[in-house]
This record gives sequence, structure tokens and C-alpha cells, in this order.
Amino acid sequence: MEEHKYRTLVVLVQNETGVLNRVMSLFRQRMFNVESVAVGHTETPGISRMTFVLEGDDYTVEQVTKQLYKLLEVIKVTELSGPNLIQRELALIKVTATDRNRSDIMRIATDIFRARVVDAAPDTLTLEVTGPSEKIESLIAMIRTYGIREVARTGAVAMVRGSSTAGLRVVSSAA
Amino acid sequence: MVVIAQELTAPQEDEQSRAPAARPSIGARILCEALIREGVEVIFGYPGGVIIPLYDVFPEYPQLKHVLVRHEQGAGHAADGYARVTGKAGVCLATSGPGATNLVTAIATAKLDSIPMVAITGQVAQPVIGSDAFQETDIMGVTIPITKHNFLVRDVKELGPTIQKAFHLAQTGRPGPVLVDIPKDVLLAEGELGEPIHLDLPGYRPTYTPNRRQIRLAVEEIQRSRKPLILAGHGVLLSGAEEDLLAFAEKAEIPVGLTLLGIGGFPQSHPLGLGMIGMHGFTHCNRAIDEADLLIGVGMRFDDRVTGKLDEFAPNARVIHIDIDPAEIGKNVPADVPVVGDAKIALRMLTEAIEPQKHPEWLADIAEWRKRSPYRPPDKERGLLAQTVIERLFALTNGEAIVTTDVGQHQMWAAQFYKTDKPNHWISSGGLGTMGFGVPSALGAALARPGQEIWAIVGDGGVQMTSFEFATLVQERANVKVAILNNGYLGMVRQWQQFFFNANYSEVRIGQPDFVALANAHYMAARRVETPEEVDEAITWAQSIEGPVLIDFVIGQEENVFPMIPSGATFADLIEEE
Repeated sequence: MEEHKYRTLVVLVQNETGVLNRVMSLFRQRMFNVESVAVGHTETPGISRMTFVLEGDDYTVEQVTKQLYKLLEVIKVTELSGPNLIQRELALIKVTATDRNRSDIMRIATDIFRARVVDAAPDTLTLEVTGPSEKIESLIAMIRTYGIREVARTGAVAMVRGSSTAGLRVVSSAA
Repeated sequence: MVVIAQELTAPQEDEQSRAPAARPSIGARILCEALIREGVEVIFGYPGGVIIPLYDVFPEYPQLKHVLVRHEQGAGHAADGYARVTGKAGVCLATSGPGATNLVTAIATAKLDSIPMVAITGQVAQPVIGSDAFQETDIMGVTIPITKHNFLVRDVKELGPTIQKAFHLAQTGRPGPVLVDIPKDVLLAEGELGEPIHLDLPGYRPTYTPNRRQIRLAVEEIQRSRKPLILAGHGVLLSGAEEDLLAFAEKAEIPVGLTLLGIGGFPQSHPLGLGMIGMHGFTHCNRAIDEADLLIGVGMRFDDRVTGKLDEFAPNARVIHIDIDPAEIGKNVPADVPVVGDAKIALRMLTEAIEPQKHPEWLADIAEWRKRSPYRPPDKERGLLAQTVIERLFALTNGEAIVTTDVGQHQMWAAQFYKTDKPNHWISSGGLGTMGFGVPSALGAALARPGQEIWAIVGDGGVQMTSFEFATLVQERANVKVAILNNGYLGMVRQWQQFFFNANYSEVRIGQPDFVALANAHYMAARRVETPEEVDEAITWAQSIEGPVLIDFVIGQEENVFPMIPSGATFADLIEEE
């Protein structure tokens, strides 16, 4: 049994009032550790997609999945994993910048991390970066010494490569 | 005064004011009609501000009997007791705010025991929701973790379909409580009930028929096994699978242990019926679990009160786990053969597929353990014992009464000694362990089975939590006999303090009213019994009275429940007696 520290679960839900409340209540009640949550519309009207990154082993993922399926609004729970996983997150990072180091920061951000400078002020730069969560962590680590004023992250969303949308490890509700 | 009286006695209504137009189809009436359509006959409730529009129309629907309780918790437990006896969803009703929050304990009780229940709460009118209005509570938010599902009805058009969904959800799959929160403006808005809708719930498709492959695997396991044991839980009763369990157990010759809530799912008088398993279960049952090479869990969830220490539970056994809720399978005990489905259907498929089996050696072993460690008989020299009371109750009711309990020592003694064979006659809060459950759940049972003899076996602690419902028992002339096993202690906590906290009896000596006087104050006949010699006469006296009666059985103060496997321990740690 392969164990991952972080696991990515995609949950399709009917977009009813309070569904986020129900899902988060379940995570809290059963003490599942959620690293990030991203919620948005899907290709189907009325269906929302929640992407959870959570900490846990196979047992946790199985439990989370089964408990999620007990919620009326939950249509499908899929764990995304393996080399075909595309996981992306967007972050806005406001970093202190002086005349002396501004170009250094821009070089690190744009050349290495392909970030964009979305705003510049006399004493700050605001960067927009997209990528796997690890890449965002790395950028933050690299520019931390300059003085990070603010970080806003969306939480990860995920898909798999290729034409399939279900060619994933589906954790079904039946054990 | 005179003027008022004249006005009251001289109604000047013309015929037109009583015409149908005077009774517009508003939410309150739609709700009543929707409930009638679901087959509801009894509602346990308590009025209050925002729910008055509903109470305003109740007199128009005499086929909906409303039972006015004394506290909303009582309404919830009564609906629970009603549901456990009938298998139909019990209905409780409360106003917003404190009315709704008073239902919470009862809803949580129903959730942990998978009881079909529909709780209806009034809510403040939608324009003021969110403004901290008078008696406003976010009961949706409060009850998310303790309901199977809950609804806020935002439009009168949704009222009929929502009630339909609520009953469907409460009564299908793994049953559970569903709460419907209805704002006052919805109760007053004009609309129509409409025809029943086709329920399209894409996120709710319970599996009833198990996978054939899993059944085949289960049969292979059973046919290989030399020491199989069935652990039957509440799911057997919820599914109405008692006869199917009997047929399967007999064909495969497998003994059956019962969880606390499984009592009634298999006759204990049957040669294969072992009785209760778990913390205070019988020694031979727990020994059978310890030595079994195969456990077949049916409609049970390997609760910690059944398993004790998980790592050492049933060390020699492979596990077949049959449950309608896939989330229960593998949650506590890994299943070698998971079978997701309805107990009744699964057992039928197993019975059909299996060759008749014989396990004479295994059954002889269990019979030997049963003989070698008979349950310790009550010692008459110790005065009046709870066991004596319950044994006599069992004998004098021919084991045919419906028994409800509170939680604690008396509950375990009742489970051990009221060895009912009958399904849905044992009404006890197993999962949540709710003190105060016994009296109001007996009220619910009485409304469900008016002619039936019902005994609420309660402790002197728990009964004080809901004794206000004596008034409701009297009001409804409910045929409930309240048997208090009165030891002057919160006995189970005291027992744990004795064993695990150096007998530090902190805050367990509980003072009490004169229970006989308390009952009498409610116009309820009552007696006190202090010696074994008085027991039979008192019970037959209670049986001779139609309606509620109380007997205060004063029992030994520091008796313990045995056998006992301490919490988180194993069969090897079982304490047989003092």
C-alpha cells in the first residue's frame, strides 16, 4: 500500500445552499486534516467541484471518501494521484522591494518561476505565480529574505493529463 | 367580564365565513396534508411563537394526533420510541430557538442509533433570518453533524416535496433523523401541496442488493470455517430481517451473539442464541468472539463497547461484514469480505447459496463455557437486587412487554436479564447513551401500541432528567409502568470510579425526591418496594392498573454490573465478579 502524506481529492457536489458547510463540518468532526480547499463551478450547471488537499494515508482517504458519499449533495469523489496528476495553484505575493534589489526579485520571480509582476509600488512588488503547490512554496522560500508582506493562495485545483476525465483512481462508495 | 362572556357565547358568524375560501391553502395546511400523505398519525410536539400558524390549523386535521409533551427533548425521544416500535419515522415538532435546540439531544440519539425520525422546527420569518431575531437559532447549522440530512424550506412551493424527501431519507438506506426547518412566512404563504414528485436524488442511492461475488466469497469463508459466529446488530431489526437471520443461522448452524441494540433480532431462547456481547455481555459470548475463526457482522458497526481494544479483538477470526452503510465497513475492524447491502437481502442470498453446515464441536465448546461460567445468580441475602427485579419482570410479563431504559447500570442489567425474544421490544439508547431516554421513549412506544404493556426500566439518576414527562404519561393515559432501580447513586459512574479511579466517589451520590410522592403529584399511582418478597405483588399490582404507574425499587447501593471488560481492554481482562 502506497502512502502519501498529501492526497488530492476531487469532489463533485450539487450546488445547494450550505453544501460547503456540510463538507467542512464532516472534515472537522472526523478530524481529517485539510491542507487546502478550492471550490468553483464545473462544465455542468448546478454542479460544483471541490478540490481538497489533505493529509493522510490510505485508511484516511477511504474514510473521507465513504463519509463524503453519505452527504446527499455529493455526486462523485475521485482521488487524483500519480504522474498524470496536473495540480495547479495560484498565488499573489506582495514582497518588499527597494531600488537596489527590485531587479533581483524580478529576475528570480519571472525567469526561474515564470511569475508575473502584477503591481509595483515604491516599496513593494506584487507577484502572480501559478503552478504546483511545491513551486509556490519554493518561490516563497526564495524571496522570503526580501521581506514578504502578504501571501494570498487559492488552494490547489487538479486534473489528469490526456483525454480522459475518469481515467483516474476512482474511490467508489462500495468497498 | 359579562360583556366578554356574551360576546363569546353569541358568535355572529354567517355561513360564508366558514366557506372553504376562509381556509386558504397556506403552508401550515400544506404541511399537515403532506404529513398525512406520508402516513403520519402521531406528532409529539410543543408550541411556540413562530410555529403558531401550524398549531392554528391542527384542529382541522383530527387524523393527526398531537401529543403535547412537557419539554421538546421528550418530544424527540417519544418520536424515537415510536419509530423503534413501529419501524415508521417518528415525528417531533418544536418552535424555533430554544424549542429547536431542546430537540438536539434527541436528534443526536436517533442519529447514533439509526432511527428514522423527522424533526420539524419553526424558524423566524425569512426577512429577519440572520438578524439575531427573537428565538432565532441556526438550527440547520447546529444539526448538520447530527442529522442524516436537513432542510430549510425557503418557498412554500418546496414544502410538499421537502416533506416527501425528508421521509424518504429518514426511512430508507441506513435510517436516520432528518430535520425540516420552516420559517414562519412559509407557513403563512399561500400555495399548493401538489402531486408527489419523482424523487431524483443523484447523491443518494443506497445499495440494497449485495454484490453476488461478495456473497460467493462470504459463502466460501463460511464453508471453510470451523468456529463461525454471527454478531447481529440493530440493522437486523431495522431491515426486518429476524426470520432471515434465523433461517441462515439454522441452515449454517452458526451461533448468534447480539449487540445491545441487536437484542430482539434473534431469539435468546433458541439453542443458537447466545445473548449479548460486548463490555457487559455474557462471558461465553465474548469468549466465543475471542476463539472464533470467523465473525459475520450483520447490521452492526463494531462499536468500541463491542470490541474493546481493537488490536486484540477477535484475534483468530476472519471477518465478513454486512452493512447497508459502506462507511461502516472497515471503519473499526478490517473486513476480509465486505458485503454492502440490506441485511434481509444479504441473509437471504447467503441462505440460498450455502450448503447446510454442522459445527457440533464448536457448539459443544460454547455450551461448556456457558455451563462453566454461568452468570452469577443474585444472592438473596444481599437484600433487593436489580437482577431479581428484572428477572421477575421478565417472568411476570412472559417476556412480552416492551422495555425501554435509560443509560447506566440498570440498562445493562435489563439487557442481561430481560431476555426478550421479540423484535422491536427492546428500546434503549445504545450509541449516544442518553440518560433521560427511558420515560419519554416509553411514551412514544405507548402511542404506537396503545394496548401493549410497557415497562420503562430507569435509574434514579436518569429518571430525574425527564420525570416531567410523567405529566404527559398521565395526560395520554399511556400504559407505561415506570420501574426505578433506585440505588441512590449514579451507579455506572460510581462503578467506574470504584474500579478505575480508586473508589473516589466524586459527585455520584445523588439526592432524590420521594419518587412515590412525585408520581402522586402527577396523579400517577406509585409504590415503593424494598424487599425481594414484595416484588411480585408490586409488579402484578402495576399490571392490574390501566395507565401509568411507578414503582420505586430500592436496591443495593454499591452493586456492580458483571461481567465487565474494562473500556479499551480485551477478553483476557474480563472481570467476572467481585
